[in-house]
Amino acid sequence: MSMHLWIIPLLPLTGAAINGLLGKRFPKALVNTIALGFTAAAFLMALWVAVQFAGLSPDQIPHIERYATWLSAGQFSAEYGIYLDQLSLVMLLIVTGVGFLIHVYSVGYMEHEGGYYRYFAYLNIFMFFMLTLVLANNYLLMFVGWEGVGLASYLLIGFWFLKKSAANAGKKAFITNRVGDFGFLLALFLLIKHFGTLQYDSLWKLVSQHPVESAGAGLLTAIGLLMLVGATGKSAQIPLYVWLPDAMEGPTPVSALIHAATMVTAGVYMVARSSPIFDRAPDARLAVAVIGTLTAIFAASIGIVQTDIKKVLAYSTISQLGYMFMACGVADYIGGIFHLMTHAFFKGLLFLAAGSIIHGLGGEQDMRHMGGLRKYLPYTFWSMTVATFAIAGLPPFAGFFSKDRILWSAWSSGNHIIWLIGVITAGMTSFYMFRLWFLTFFGEYRGPNPETAGHGHDTDAQHAGSHGHGAPHESPWVMVVPLMILALLSLVGGWVGVPHSLHGSDHFEAFLAPVFQAASAGTTAPEPAAETGVNSTELLFSGISVGLAALGLLLAWYLYYKRPELPARMAKAAGGLYTLVLDKYKVDELYGAVIIQPLIALSTNVFWKGIDQGLIDRAVDEGAEGALETSDAMRHMQSGNIRSYAGWVAVGATAVIAFMVWRGLR
Amino acid sequence: MVPLSYYLVLSAILFACGIAGFLIKRNIITIFLSIELMLNGVNLSFVAFAAQLNKLEGHIFVFFVMVVAAAEAAVGLAIIIAVFRTRETLNVDRVNLLRL
Repeated sequence: MSMHLWIIPLLPLTGAAINGLLGKRFPKALVNTIALGFTAAAFLMALWVAVQFAGLSPDQIPHIERYATWLSAGQFSAEYGIYLDQLSLVMLLIVTGVGFLIHVYSVGYMEHEGGYYRYFAYLNIFMFFMLTLVLANNYLLMFVGWEGVGLASYLLIGFWFLKKSAANAGKKAFITNRVGDFGFLLALFLLIKHFGTLQYDSLWKLVSQHPVESAGAGLLTAIGLLMLVGATGKSAQIPLYVWLPDAMEGPTPVSALIHAATMVTAGVYMVARSSPIFDRAPDARLAVAVIGTLTAIFAASIGIVQTDIKKVLAYSTISQLGYMFMACGVADYIGGIFHLMTHAFFKGLLFLAAGSIIHGLGGEQDMRHMGGLRKYLPYTFWSMTVATFAIAGLPPFAGFFSKDRILWSAWSSGNHIIWLIGVITAGMTSFYMFRLWFLTFFGEYRGPNPETAGHGHDTDAQHAGSHGHGAPHESPWVMVVPLMILALLSLVGGWVGVPHSLHGSDHFEAFLAPVFQAASAGTTAPEPAAETGVNSTELLFSGISVGLAALGLLLAWYLYYKRPELPARMAKAAGGLYTLVLDKYKVDELYGAVIIQPLIALSTNVFWKGIDQGLIDRAVDEGAEGALETSDAMRHMQSGNIRSYAGWVAVGATAVIAFMVWRGLR
Repeated sequence: MVPLSYYLVLSAILFACGIAGFLIKRNIITIFLSIELMLNGVNLSFVAFAAQLNKLEGHIFVFFVMVVAAAEAAVGLAIIIAVFRTRETLNVDRVNLLRL
């Protein structure tokens, strides 16, 4: 039975084509209808597919649809096809569902912006590529989506391309991702070389005959590590995370959709999808866990001191992605995907709420100029509260269940150091999120006096300039309703995965388990600890992480509500350390000095001035010059004097005759 | 009988005189005559070979050349008269209006 799954990605593509090619002349209402209509259609179809999927018997899963051969070269061929299993179904629903909500929100947020049709065309094309990425039935097609979302991300980060910082941020994101893509491509080449196929189904069959590389590194370890390089680029992990904070130059709904909820989780999806490879390469999997853990605590520490509301959220995203990698690294792919889902809800919500604040303040992004906003933006306040509690990991919000599951897997897999860092990070997460919450919504409003100053700071591009701004105001309904829906999801989203230790039935685990059980058959993947004996331990560990989250809350309350003058004094006391963290550990400067400057110098002096100008240009120039000089010398033969021509003919004829006579005499 | 080589040497001398005249002289009528001299030098070698080899083709060629030469003389002299009427000179170096 075919579900005609190919229609799903094509729906947003159609929207993008119509809006992108013709939208310039359309009124805004029509652009909205097209962009939202096609996205909504994709979401509805995804729901229908989910219902159909529920009716499939276990042996019909994965449901694979093949449409055509895309390319074939020798033994190798790749096809257009769709691979639908529990994992891609979850991703499909997240992408279309959250994507649709953010489209709705964008209608309100982008109302005053130029290039309205362009924005929605980009957003739709992002949906197309993201759906291609998650639905593809082979790595090559996945790579198309992988690159496509990178393109959409570039276009949307640089949406206000007249602003130099935005254009640069777009370039930075794209180029940093290229580094990761290089690794991913190499992994694909290795797969083609050794297995001859990139189709998931046949690849898993071949990989499953491969022994576990526990004794030493081998082919699968190399492939896994290269895939990790690709994932660090797309999912903003150490060392390639630097582009994500800069990506906040884009419109806030873009940050919510692409740089929090969906695109940056592509790396996690890819690692989870490649679980058969990682399960047979424990070293590569450990590298995933280490990278994820380090990123989690590193980004969280930067997030603590940032003052730009979107920057805090950006570092928080990097940190949460680190959790997902940590989960995949300790073979708890389900936990990673679970956190991916809850994170899509609460982080999407946090960004949208932040966007609502920025919108309400006319472009202000600095939290030092906010405060007391719960009076002005009540709906935003309440939805943001839910999201903050969710990300802090306080029960019964969604983040609690997913984060706790990851930490428990880290502990029970024996990686106690990873668990320890994860728990500390959880406390830090709670602290910086409640810091944001207190700074933004409590205390006195520290912005410009509404009566005297008409405009906020011009940080979110033309946002401030385009509509005159008085007091902070709540956002229109079209923006508030998506906030509420996401708030609801952030509250209840975790309930699908209530662990057994809390007397839940963990539907999420039961749903996704077949994907990873089939994949890891015959490997040493740790057995999920479901025995009753460990329940009390698990509860104890939940208690520890909730306790740390509460501690973070209290600390934030004390520092930013009770004694708001204290943080500045502490920053002064910390001195150089504080500025170092505020400057993001100077990683950008380090990369600039170690990689970018030498590259620029090499390109300028060797490739540009040496090879391009010195060799290629010079060969062309000298060739032309030589031809000119030769012709200049020769043109005197062509004097226009008939008799000189006749003379040359005579000389030539004499030469020929002399030659022939000489031949005859010889 | 006069040997063939005598005719050929005479023919070469006539041809060389024609070339020399063509290259050196400025007067257009002299140049024209030099051309005729070259043609007749060639004609002489044709008939010499024809007589030597007892072939008719050489004679036929000479007739052709004479016909062409006659036609050329008619056209050429007409051009020379036309040029003289407009430019009032027979010096080829001064008939150079088409030169750049």
